[in-house]
Amino acid sequence: MTTANTAMPETVLAPEEAHWGRVRASRRIADRSLKLICTAFTVLGVFVLGWILLMLLFEGITALSPAIFTQVTPGPGTAGGGLANAIVGSILLTFLGIAIATPIGILAGTYLAEYARTSKLAALIRFINDVLLSAPSILIGLFVYTFAVAPLGSYSGWAGSIALAIIAVPVIVRTTEDMLRLVPSGLREAAAALGAPTSRVVTLVTWRAAKAGIVTGLVLATARIAGETAPLLFTAFNNNFWFNTNLMGGVSNLPVTIYQFALSPYGNWQQLAWAGAFLITITILGLSILARYVINKDNAR
Amino acid sequence: MSAAVTEQVMHLSDTAPAARRSHAVFDRSFRVLCMLSAATVLLVLIGILGSIVYGGWPAFREFGFWGFLTGSRWNVAQEVFGAWPAVAGTLLCALIALVIGVPISLGIAIFLTQLSPKWLKGPIATAVELLAAVPSIIFGMWGLFVFAPLVSQYMQVPLNSVVEGVPIVGTILYSAVPSGTGIFTAGVILALMIIPFIASITRDMLDQIPSILRESAYGMGCTTWEVVRHVLVPQTAVALVGAVMLGLGRALGETMAVTFVVGNANRLSASLLDPGSTIASRIANEYNEAGDLQLSALMALGCILFIVTFSVLIVARLLVARIGKQ
Repeated sequence: MTTANTAMPETVLAPEEAHWGRVRASRRIADRSLKLICTAFTVLGVFVLGWILLMLLFEGITALSPAIFTQVTPGPGTAGGGLANAIVGSILLTFLGIAIATPIGILAGTYLAEYARTSKLAALIRFINDVLLSAPSILIGLFVYTFAVAPLGSYSGWAGSIALAIIAVPVIVRTTEDMLRLVPSGLREAAAALGAPTSRVVTLVTWRAAKAGIVTGLVLATARIAGETAPLLFTAFNNNFWFNTNLMGGVSNLPVTIYQFALSPYGNWQQLAWAGAFLITITILGLSILARYVINKDNAR
Repeated sequence: MSAAVTEQVMHLSDTAPAARRSHAVFDRSFRVLCMLSAATVLLVLIGILGSIVYGGWPAFREFGFWGFLTGSRWNVAQEVFGAWPAVAGTLLCALIALVIGVPISLGIAIFLTQLSPKWLKGPIATAVELLAAVPSIIFGMWGLFVFAPLVSQYMQVPLNSVVEGVPIVGTILYSAVPSGTGIFTAGVILALMIIPFIASITRDMLDQIPSILRESAYGMGCTTWEVVRHVLVPQTAVALVGAVMLGLGRALGETMAVTFVVGNANRLSASLLDPGSTIASRIANEYNEAGDLQLSALMALGCILFIVTFSVLIVARLLVARIGKQ
């Protein structure tokens, strides 16, 4: 609509002079420079994004090989090796994190949207949840270290997935609440009129109506935690071998492996870091696009 | 679907008393579960604060709060810890990020809402939002392997030959180690990371302004600049500040990207182009190999980071929320 406003006169009155007429030069210059600067900034932003992604594609694809998926991380300076243990570890940690966060996030979102829409406590929780959405993830790592690593005296995959879950919960709470609020209250009233208690109304009616939105929230939360590094540094730490099946001790994972390998002086470690970075970014961008697709499909219906 | 649901719901009303009692139990426990889950959000906040205050206590007791905050030495061997270099580094990086990032984000938001042809709007908006999803280690790697060498070659080396020996400017811009890593580089990377964030919030806000306001301004003969300056900015000023502060909160607490490019020096240099450290980067770097008092000092650093970021985020959310209610 706006574009029509600004673009139309130019197409009607083709010569620039006719369009600007008796407009004071200073106004024209201010307007021109605003348009120029805004366009330049946008071009710059898109250019940098393209640069980062292309670099990642180039370095990542040159470093990719079947061994990445089959072999464990190599020792310092040794040739060959892959990222198999880190990939499996990352999938496991992310999955556990989401598995812990999903029930808590959905139930908390349900509480805010269905039970306590207007209460003061709910307003406080909603506010704190919003603040936690952008809280520094390294502080969450320190918190989990204090209660889950220090007492046991050992890093563990469990601590890592708890840290990831704490990051995922606010995302899930927020989307669940937003999506439940979109459900028309007529549906709830109809179910309640049939004699259903609130729990039934929620589980059988509103959850179902908001299903696509809630699933989108879960996908977004997965995308959010899949690349998190800082909270894993002192919880799951890392490991250059296959980790214990009980997840005690360091559990290898992609983000921390990328961090350690990228900063190392060894060429093949840096190569592996690029391959890992490529895999993780592709996964996260894929998940974000998937989430968008689900939302769009839901809106279209 | 709805028929099935109706059936299930109907089924409740004609069940035996025993079944109905079990439904009542389910109803009550479901409510309690929801409440407990919501309470965990509160618990997490209290837990974060409690754990870092508890962990940082020995360091605060040893050096005193002000002594720790303003102490400029961080010497692991002598067990003397002062937070100032990291605190100053954090604030400087965030400041640089805002100075670079805010105008660019506003430019992108204005382009998307006012200037862009319709067919370009969607793709650019999507690209900007995808940039927000890229994990921070990727920015760190790009900064370390691509951007830092460029800074070293095209900025630090030429600048050094120009500003060397010049008072003030020479101190601020001369780099003793022209390796490309440093406070400035970290600030630029942080700017890149907060741009998509601030740009998309600002764009949403500009989109929410009733178009009649804009149209009447254009109808009076205003130029785009005048519409932006006198209609859009006054309408969104409070929320804009909120969006910028949200970005600031991000920048202050960002860890991985900064750790890659900040240079991780323990001392505070007078030059913006020299290596330094931020609170988050120091915690990430030293935590796993820290001794007792050092661990506590790092927790105390975390405590300072908590106070700063949470105050910024709380003010930001309050400002953004005020607009949402209007």
